[in-house]
Amino acid sequence: MRPLKDALARRAMGLTAALPAALVVLIVAGLFLRSRAIVAVEPLSKLLFSSAWQPLQGKFGLLPFIAGTVWVTATALALALPVSILAAIYLSEYAPGWVRKAAKPVVDLLAGLPSVVYGVWGVILVVPFVGNVLAPLAGAASSGYSVLAGGIVLAIMTFPTIIHVTLEVFAAVPRSLREASLSLGATKWETTRHVVLRKGAQGILAASVLGFSRAFGETMAVLMVVGNVPAVPRSLFDAGYPLPALIANNYGEMMSVPRYDAALMAAALVLTLIVLFFNVLARRTLVRAERRGR
Amino acid sequence: MNGPAGRSLGRRKRADLFFRALAAASAAAVILALLLILGTILWKAVPALSLSMLTRTPKGGFYLGREGGILNAIVGSLELALGATALAFLLSLPLALYLNLYKDRSSKTAAWTRFSLDVLWGVPSIVYGAFGFIVMLALGLRASLLAGILTVALLEFPIMCRAIDEVLRLVPRELREASDSLGATRFETAFRVFTRQAAPGILTGVLLAFGRGIGDAASVLFTAGFADRVPASLGDPAATLPLAIFFQLGTPFPEVQQRAYASAAVLTLIILLVSLAGRTAGRKADRNVVK
Amino acid sequence: MANGEAPIRVRNLSVFYGGLQVLRDVSLDIPAKRITVIVGPSGCGKTTLLKSLNRLLDAAEGVRVRGQVLVDGEDIYAPRTEVTRVRKKMGLLSQKPQVLPMSIYENVAYGPRIHGLRSRKDLDGRVERYLRLAGLWDEVRDRLREPASALSVGQQQRLCLARGLAVEPEIILGDEPTSALDPPSSQNVERRLMELKRDYTVVVVTHILRQARRIADHLAFLFLGELVEQGPAAEVFAGPRDPRTRAYLSGEIS
Repeated sequence: MRPLKDALARRAMGLTAALPAALVVLIVAGLFLRSRAIVAVEPLSKLLFSSAWQPLQGKFGLLPFIAGTVWVTATALALALPVSILAAIYLSEYAPGWVRKAAKPVVDLLAGLPSVVYGVWGVILVVPFVGNVLAPLAGAASSGYSVLAGGIVLAIMTFPTIIHVTLEVFAAVPRSLREASLSLGATKWETTRHVVLRKGAQGILAASVLGFSRAFGETMAVLMVVGNVPAVPRSLFDAGYPLPALIANNYGEMMSVPRYDAALMAAALVLTLIVLFFNVLARRTLVRAERRGR
Repeated sequence: MNGPAGRSLGRRKRADLFFRALAAASAAAVILALLLILGTILWKAVPALSLSMLTRTPKGGFYLGREGGILNAIVGSLELALGATALAFLLSLPLALYLNLYKDRSSKTAAWTRFSLDVLWGVPSIVYGAFGFIVMLALGLRASLLAGILTVALLEFPIMCRAIDEVLRLVPRELREASDSLGATRFETAFRVFTRQAAPGILTGVLLAFGRGIGDAASVLFTAGFADRVPASLGDPAATLPLAIFFQLGTPFPEVQQRAYASAAVLTLIILLVSLAGRTAGRKADRNVVK
Repeated sequence: MANGEAPIRVRNLSVFYGGLQVLRDVSLDIPAKRITVIVGPSGCGKTTLLKSLNRLLDAAEGVRVRGQVLVDGEDIYAPRTEVTRVRKKMGLLSQKPQVLPMSIYENVAYGPRIHGLRSRKDLDGRVERYLRLAGLWDEVRDRLREPASALSVGQQQRLCLARGLAVEPEIILGDEPTSALDPPSSQNVERRLMELKRDYTVVVVTHILRQARRIADHLAFLFLGELVEQGPAAEVFAGPRDPRTRAYLSGEIS
């Protein structure tokens, strides 16, 4: 009786093991099927690289949204990468123990805050700051709802991801390796730069890519501060309209316009594929770095 | 050696100090950002909190009506997140146990499954929302508490499963062998030994997923709907805190915006509590686990 | 440095890890151009003593140091002492060879470069000189650009030796430098150390008594953080004065 129960349990649990892979396939297949109505009719190049977005005329060029996503993500990473890697360097190499212990929950908390909360904060503080302070400084006119505001909010959201992974990478660098460099008379910074950063290069790359893919797919926080104008942005102070925001904003009303639904699903498909690609890349790099570290 | 070395020593020390200061400033900026966010939310939101705000539903439509509170969103969010977390747990625990008990560390299946989970982890929540919507249409469901629960459960599943998996991986192999050698079947080992040993860590994983689930807006946007009433059944549309913030912040009426701020305060508070509980459980996990 | 004066003098050194005292009032003179071997059972504080000599303990969290370590007459724990300069005087060999994540050439050139040596010719010369001194040159002369991690463990340890020598130290510290090596590689490293003592002061920590017998000129026995006995190796081995030393040398405590 007991072995039978064991065998049954094994089967049942084995079934759940198929679930994750099946879900990945289902999500991609589902999005593909639902976007077929437009992917089959429009040439892919037109869908991806035309900037004409006039759903009522049946024109569905995704370029403004892809460009918006790229702009916002690039801005966010340009801000987030140096700050998070330097912060991780401080926490791992310089900070006294109590600071490190106190900072960890803060980073975790930063990771746990919902994106709408970031969005609210962005609307209250970042948007006016960009509109009233930064834009005049740069000699630009801006409502504040802009690529830059989205980038700033998004940068702060990606801090914890990058810091967390980078800290793990640094922790995997053995202390005696640092000591080897220090014992030659190198300063801490020289040791960090030539030994710790070099040893952890792959891991840091993976951390950056993970941060990137997190930023790429982020919806609500960006949507609330980025302005949502369907045109390719020309400067940081212009409004942008990233892919996730497009999907989120239009889902309710799409049913009445022919093929609108399929165009949005195509947008979701593009988003998914890009994020998946970078995720896979990051995971593989991490695994390889881990293996080499051993 | 004293020639060039002696001359550059000052410069080297200055570089060290400079980068140390730069790194410290970056760390301070990160922490300051969090304090700024929490501070702003509290400063705007706490004045909006009142007993009637927490105990009443909106009157005259959540978008336009100036009366009433956010009870609909509080109850909706809790029901939705609890349901989703329970469902995700039912999928995550068996899978994590399977990966750690029936599969060897070098198993190809296990590696692929973990890889798929990591991939799912990276899927943006808006995509879960869109996917949930497709499934909903296919099943003939309308936007409802049930559809929301299903979608959020999918979102939580990879997060929870990987967290539990990491905890179970820390359970020593010897424990499994010890249990096996006493004549216990794998199944018994799984539930009697592994789960008990890893219980606090599992709880941390569950809380992590719950926090992610209750805070996510993009996945419930098309699937859970939004309503002024507290949902009476699984088939009713349910209001949620993230969407209560999102929708009501955009109205021109200050009274309605107050409901958005109050929702933000409640949501942040829930997240803080969950995070705190997760840390406490995590510390317990460190203490109890045989290493 | 006055002739005959010990290049390293340890005076009443106590080291605490948090509340735990790891070294108790250790005083020790390390003679010039000899191999001093510090022996003792594991956990007795040998490595701590060694790392206190070039202030590597500073890198660890929660460590307190009391007492003095005088290197060439200068107290290295004095507040104004420049730590990188102290460390440059000593090359360190660790338990497991720690090659830096760069090429064989870069590993040896790393120290001199940091200390301001830029000329390609000088660097090339130095790399070759110290790889020869470490007995590695012939094995790697054609593969200097390969990553150092491609070397065997024994070769890696000799590379670490060359790297340490390349900053032109006066002192070589070895923290159980052969514990990760196979017997032939261990012998090779021991031979190098015996040769190097002509020009360098060598301090080696080991728990292998036979190794101590083979290479030690001067012996220090550390037990539970206390320096029990020290003196010329031949004398200590022949007639240990302290009963604890006697017990350790005869294998009763290990």
